[in-house]
Amino acid sequence: MVTAKAARRRRRVAVREEYCIGCRLCEVACVTRHSRSRDVVAAHKTESPRPGGGVRFEAAGPVSLAVSCRHCADPLCVEACLTGAMARDPGTGRVVHDPARCVGCWMCVMTCPTGVPRPDPAAHRLAFKCDLCGGDDLPACVAACPNAAAVLVEEDEP
Amino acid sequence: MARTRVAPDFAVRRDTARCINCKACVRLCANGVHVWDEVAGAPVADESKCVGCHFCEEHCPTRALSIERAPAETTSGGHWTRSAIRGIGRQAETGGILLGAMGNDRPQMAYFDRLVLNAAQVTNPSIDPLREPMELKTFIGSRPDRIEIARGAGGRPRLGAPLPPLLEIETPIMFSAMSYGSISLNACRSLAGAAGEIGTCWNTGEGGLHPDLESCADRAIVQVASGRFGVTPEYLARAAAIEIKVGQGAKPGIGGHLPGGKVTEDVSRTRRIPVGSDAISPAPHHDIYSIEDLKQLIFALKEATRYSKPVGVKIAAVHNVASIAIGIVHAGADFIAIDGIRGGTGAAPSVIRDHVGIPIELALASVDQRLREEGLRHRVSIIAAGGIRSSADVLKAIALGADAVYIATAALVALGCHVCRTCYLGKCNWGIATQDPALTRRLNPEVGQTRAANLLRAWSHEIKEMLGGMGVNAIESVRGNRDHLRGVGLSQVELDLLGIKHAGSPW
Repeated sequence: MVTAKAARRRRRVAVREEYCIGCRLCEVACVTRHSRSRDVVAAHKTESPRPGGGVRFEAAGPVSLAVSCRHCADPLCVEACLTGAMARDPGTGRVVHDPARCVGCWMCVMTCPTGVPRPDPAAHRLAFKCDLCGGDDLPACVAACPNAAAVLVEEDEP
Repeated sequence: MARTRVAPDFAVRRDTARCINCKACVRLCANGVHVWDEVAGAPVADESKCVGCHFCEEHCPTRALSIERAPAETTSGGHWTRSAIRGIGRQAETGGILLGAMGNDRPQMAYFDRLVLNAAQVTNPSIDPLREPMELKTFIGSRPDRIEIARGAGGRPRLGAPLPPLLEIETPIMFSAMSYGSISLNACRSLAGAAGEIGTCWNTGEGGLHPDLESCADRAIVQVASGRFGVTPEYLARAAAIEIKVGQGAKPGIGGHLPGGKVTEDVSRTRRIPVGSDAISPAPHHDIYSIEDLKQLIFALKEATRYSKPVGVKIAAVHNVASIAIGIVHAGADFIAIDGIRGGTGAAPSVIRDHVGIPIELALASVDQRLREEGLRHRVSIIAAGGIRSSADVLKAIALGADAVYIATAALVALGCHVCRTCYLGKCNWGIATQDPALTRRLNPEVGQTRAANLLRAWSHEIKEMLGGMGVNAIESVRGNRDHLRGVGLSQVELDLLGIKHAGSPW
């Protein structure tokens, strides 16, 4: 049974910019984790379309940072979604996207303050978005980070 | 400049069947080895730039990369070695001194490898360190000739005179001097944090004390070296102990030079010199030309800190080390750090690093022996440094007479260093020997502290196991107790110098 307190628990991946080395192994791990084979070589070389893509990478000079969904407590993307494709799981606090219900209106793309959701124009719906690797103890990007820059933050909401 | 004739040291092997073109190697190599070929749509390697640090290899997500030693190109491998021929080739091109970093790695015998330790069997029981307490706590400093006992109120005994200040460490392993400047602030943070976590000491080297490290100063041995960089009353006051650096095992008899390019704003503030100026440490201290001069500096530092902390002297192990040590004790030092020929550095002429000085094992044994003969051993603690690779080396050094050891290369290896020996290039991919902000961030000090502390924890566990096996329950019982050592394959001269018997000899 999900208690009221657990429903206000929030998990998200945070990247500490000062330790991000720009290797982008988080991206590789995301693709591998969301592939059918879960094999790093097969996921990148043979599977099509390429799976995953829940981490977006930004860099300028020595500063680099991997950005993924913040799994907000009151997500603007969920509020803006016309069809209910974007929804916040009340049990886990994860903001998840159901491609079957997505009509490609891009309202989530417009509203997200961190620019996480990206359109997939070919499929005319939202491209894959971070799902915190389902129920895994540790998201793949966090497990793959060689410098512990990506960390899993769990916090109780006020 | 003409194309170099010196062939690359390393071969970059890339398994294209496993390479997923993720470009991690291209983004990560600070030496520019891996380059993205737009036409081929694949990474290519310029092997002439590879220093063999293995950063790309360890970060390749598919293990498609391996860095291998390039095949030897000479037919001779005995006297005219590959490194001799390559060195001459480089010098014929440049006309300069060959630079090297880290410690001497020539395939000379390490005496540690010819020493074996004892264990208890039947007639003296061994001890299980998991069941019984094992004491590794060590005190560094001078002991009085005798304890004065006075009678206080009601005739209760109390110390008649204050004891000299002692440095208390929980394990006889400390981090050796590495300055902020020679290594990154994140590397300093890692070591300082680990020293605090374990209860041992780190050493500022000649780099001064960065404001971010002031919170770790109670576990810092601060150095006063020939350049006097960063030495202030506060620097001395905050420290756990003070070390006057006279010499370094990797470069006995020569000074230091931090190139101006590494003197960033932050380094300049810490060292208290202008940004971009070369930080030159002269070969000698220009105010020390005798034991009497050394005594003046030792007591100046003791006066400045109100005799509250040990003041020691670090020297390189050289031929006359035992007599020098006697002089240092008479000059009032509370500890002597001796750095052997395998001691490391951020940069030194290779010829000096590899050929000047004597092995720490022999230096240590002769200093300990001579101090005992002169009745001075209690007046000073001995710290052995230079090429300590394992807990066995630590215990052997202690049995030869050391109170504690310094480790530096081993500590950096724990942080990620792969001993590629190009610290002087300032492009350390592991974020250790560099001040480049794109590279220093690669060493997360939280990760570094955990790894360095784990190394100390692991070695301390192993030392306790070995002590238990010997049937003793305190490191103090092994200190200078050479009966616990035997030599294998050593000549009588070597055995005599080390003060040990050959393996097979009974007690």
